[in-house]
Amino acid sequence: MQTVKMVITGPFSSGKTEFIRSISEIEVVSTEREISTPAERVKDATTVAMDFGRITVDDDLVLYLFGTPGQRRFDFMWEILAEGMLGFVVMVDSAKPETFREAKSILETFRAYAPTPYVVAANKQDLPDAWAAEDLRIALRVEDNVKLLPCIATDKESVKNVLLELLYSILEEMET
Amino acid sequence: MALKGELEHFSTTQLFNLINLARKTGTLFIEQEGKQAQISFREGKLIYAQSGSQDGQLASMLHRAGKLSDDQVRLIRERAGTTSDKQLGLLLINAGYVSQADIIQSIQQYTLDVVYDILAWSRGRFAFEDNRMPPPDRITVPIDLENVIIEYTRNMREVEHLEKELPNLDFALKFPDRPGASLRNINLSVEEWRVVSFINPKNSIRQIAKANEMSEMEIRQIVYGLLQAGLVELVRPPRKDDPQQSAARRRRPTSQQTPQVKKTVVNKLISRIKSL
Ligand SMILES: Nc1nc2c(ncn2[C@@H]2O[C@H](COP(=O)(O)OP(=O)(O)OP(=O)(O)O)[C@@H](O)[C@H]2O)c(=O)[nH]1
Ligand SMILES: [Mg+2]
Repeated sequence: MQTVKMVITGPFSSGKTEFIRSISEIEVVSTEREISTPAERVKDATTVAMDFGRITVDDDLVLYLFGTPGQRRFDFMWEILAEGMLGFVVMVDSAKPETFREAKSILETFRAYAPTPYVVAANKQDLPDAWAAEDLRIALRVEDNVKLLPCIATDKESVKNVLLELLYSILEEMET
Repeated sequence: MALKGELEHFSTTQLFNLINLARKTGTLFIEQEGKQAQISFREGKLIYAQSGSQDGQLASMLHRAGKLSDDQVRLIRERAGTTSDKQLGLLLINAGYVSQADIIQSIQQYTLDVVYDILAWSRGRFAFEDNRMPPPDRITVPIDLENVIIEYTRNMREVEHLEKELPNLDFALKFPDRPGASLRNINLSVEEWRVVSFINPKNSIRQIAKANEMSEMEIRQIVYGLLQAGLVELVRPPRKDDPQQSAARRRRPTSQQTPQVKKTVVNKLISRIKSL
């Protein structure tokens, strides 16, 4: 049996766990725990090691989705997760400009791990304060040849779209 | 869609850069500790600025530029009443008080004074309102943002900020493919031209600094200005010069890094996800 993996990364609370939860056929195996520091306490739980989701294609093929822990103090995990990935998604909370610099830095770090295709998901587009995807592209200096996709991680169709666009990019890369 | 936030996280120069590159039309509202400012743009060009107690009216601008005397301004304020700036401008030109060039220059100078002051605000809330325009009676003179940004960043000395904005000097630079980004109308300094002449995806920023005998601080400042003005773009360095890359490669053989996945596998994944 062949297994392939994709990595979902991005800053703290950008929606990585939600993204995987929306599409995984298994209950997301999250290694979450309650947040201790008050500064980070915008929600109850944070992922401390990784999220783990699965999509079975057939008896011979399984896709695994790994979500990275959002807090930098767990970033020793990143490189291990990045190893052998088919591609990756960088999730950004479009309504939180204070996280844009961090998102860009995570993007660059993952790019340096492996030369695989990736897409940027402008998440939480349903929030009234969300920045438009085109504005995020300039704010994050995402190159024109990289897809920047509007996303609502709680919406399965939106998550499907992001994964499909990533797969199309992977296919394109194989054809060149 | 909202374009709002805190200047602490997204600075005035970053905002100007975004508005310029996205060719935005609308008004930027900024509020800092009770002070308020608004700056309007049309298709990415600065057209109007107003801050605090300045009334932003033509008579005040001409007075400030020394084109009208104290008495003249007083008279205008007393008698002109509801005359719009556009009407007043025509009246003044016809009466031979000022020329059209005087008016344009005074407005530009006033707008720039206000804008350079606002650019220095480092805290406060901002919100951009699409398509919102200044009051219709105001005379607006379009000003290229590139020059404003370059001029402003020349005086920027915050080392920490520059390091955050441009952490990696191993990146190279290239000119954007975007049409309209031209160096022709920009007033570059000699130092800036020296940097520009070395721009090539093969030259890292560090190498450009070395060739020009510039310190890291000097090169950061110049490159930051060029970047924010949208005149150049960052490109990642060729693999061999990227220490992070080669370190990662040393640790693992390439065969392990890139999975051996066939096109049929990707196609299968695509159909499966579509069916979910
Ligand atoms: N409105 C809205 N909320 C979202 C969306 N995506 C995620 N959220 C919410 O944002 C919060 C953070 O989402 P998570 O999925 O926990 O984020 P994360 O990236 O896994 O966070 P860490 O693991 O702590 O880094 C949760 O309350 C989610 O329900 C979205 O598209 N729209
Ligand atoms: Mg999580």
